[in-house]
Amino acid sequence: MLHDAWVMARKDLRIERGSRVVLGQILPFGALVLILFGLAISPDLTVLGTERRTVLAQAAPGLFWMAVLFSSLLALGRSFAIEAADGNLDALKMAGLDPAGIFVGKSVAVTVELMVLEVLLGFGAFVLYGAPLADPVLLATALLLATTAVTSAGTLYAALASGLRVRDTLVPLLVLPVLAPVLLAATLATDAAVFGPTGNGWSWTMLLGVFALLYLGIGMLSFGPIMEES
Amino acid sequence: MNQTTGSRATRILGVGALVALAVMLVFGLVFSPPEVDQRDAVRLMYIHLPSVAVAYTGFAITLVASVIHLRKGSVFWDLVAGAAAEIAVLFTGFVLISGALWGKPTWGVYWQWDPRLTSTTVMFIMYLGYLALRRLDLPPEVRSRRAAILGIISFINVIIVHYSVQWWRGLHQGQTLGVDTKLDGMMLFTLFLSVVAFMTVGAWLLIHRFRVAWLEYQIGLLGFEHALAERRAENETSGLYGSGA
Repeated sequence: MLHDAWVMARKDLRIERGSRVVLGQILPFGALVLILFGLAISPDLTVLGTERRTVLAQAAPGLFWMAVLFSSLLALGRSFAIEAADGNLDALKMAGLDPAGIFVGKSVAVTVELMVLEVLLGFGAFVLYGAPLADPVLLATALLLATTAVTSAGTLYAALASGLRVRDTLVPLLVLPVLAPVLLAATLATDAAVFGPTGNGWSWTMLLGVFALLYLGIGMLSFGPIMEES
Repeated sequence: MNQTTGSRATRILGVGALVALAVMLVFGLVFSPPEVDQRDAVRLMYIHLPSVAVAYTGFAITLVASVIHLRKGSVFWDLVAGAAAEIAVLFTGFVLISGALWGKPTWGVYWQWDPRLTSTTVMFIMYLGYLALRRLDLPPEVRSRRAAILGIISFINVIIVHYSVQWWRGLHQGQTLGVDTKLDGMMLFTLFLSVVAFMTVGAWLLIHRFRVAWLEYQIGLLGFEHALAERRAENETSGLYGSGA
């Protein structure tokens, strides 16, 4: 299983290295979302209270994760678009790859792509919204676990909605409600990591870890039946 | 084949549902007293809570039917899962609308970022996705299997969303009615009556929705056999399709 996952992940990342769709198209899209949030909210709006933080800085963790979620939808769509042509999924099955391995491999590939995107986008949000950084270790852990949760749940749902004549509009409808708890936990963990105090951030990060394991487990169990005859 | 999806049993059930609704209306609007704080607005409870009961029963039926479909692969249970989900989504819609209408006089607003409200809305959208998946243009067996998997995962997700949103908000309402609301005997009886009435309506709708789905499935089969017969007729040397169907 692990070997098959490794083969799949390497294949998908090699395709990305050649085509540059995530870096060349999805990353600029994510950056654009960040900029549009800034225009929508107005950079001068400040929060009432003692601290003179702008609303934009205050909302930065949530806006950052919204930009990541939108980008992840595109990355997941891309991940299955490369299999849709020429009956690739059938070929993978014929090649005798373990369905759980295919699932883990595709999830890992999208996770790597999204992590790169998040580091760059995070830097952008840091600059654009003027947010500080209290605890880099917490932030890195939260990013990794949240991204794993997003990609494992996302890969599972993208597979459910995949097929030749299937419309792309269904994936966001299926994935986004499921990712609502991940968005919540990721935003709160990031908020703690960025502004401090970090105490609560670790418990939200643990919850993200639970989500990641849960969706990885469900995905590994159900990928076989999903791929059967599909 | 039947000309209608009704039968003797469902007609009796339907009449029973109508009678139960009428009795519920009389009790809900006339006999049951207004509440001390909420006054007449409390009567919305007789729509809101039974809708919750029907919705959750429907989602539970979808879950069980999906599990059975995955194990046995029977079309029957797939159609049951779909019909139950449709009715559950409809009643979740009632829950949200009646909740908003109830929220205005009691909370002063239609919408609050209350954990239960938020997670119910996410659940509503999640099952709209399930229904959308059931309409996908895929081979029937593939679509049914995927729908069954989604039917099971969605139920798990409802639980996750519910608890995470609750944790997020920290404060929780406790009972749906609020702590200070006391139900007297007549109100409890009316509530019981309304649950019975709504469940009967739900059951009636479920049976009919299932029968429509079953007829659609049969028509699909007929169409397939018809096409097959045409092909056979076209082909004088029937050996090609001889062992089919």
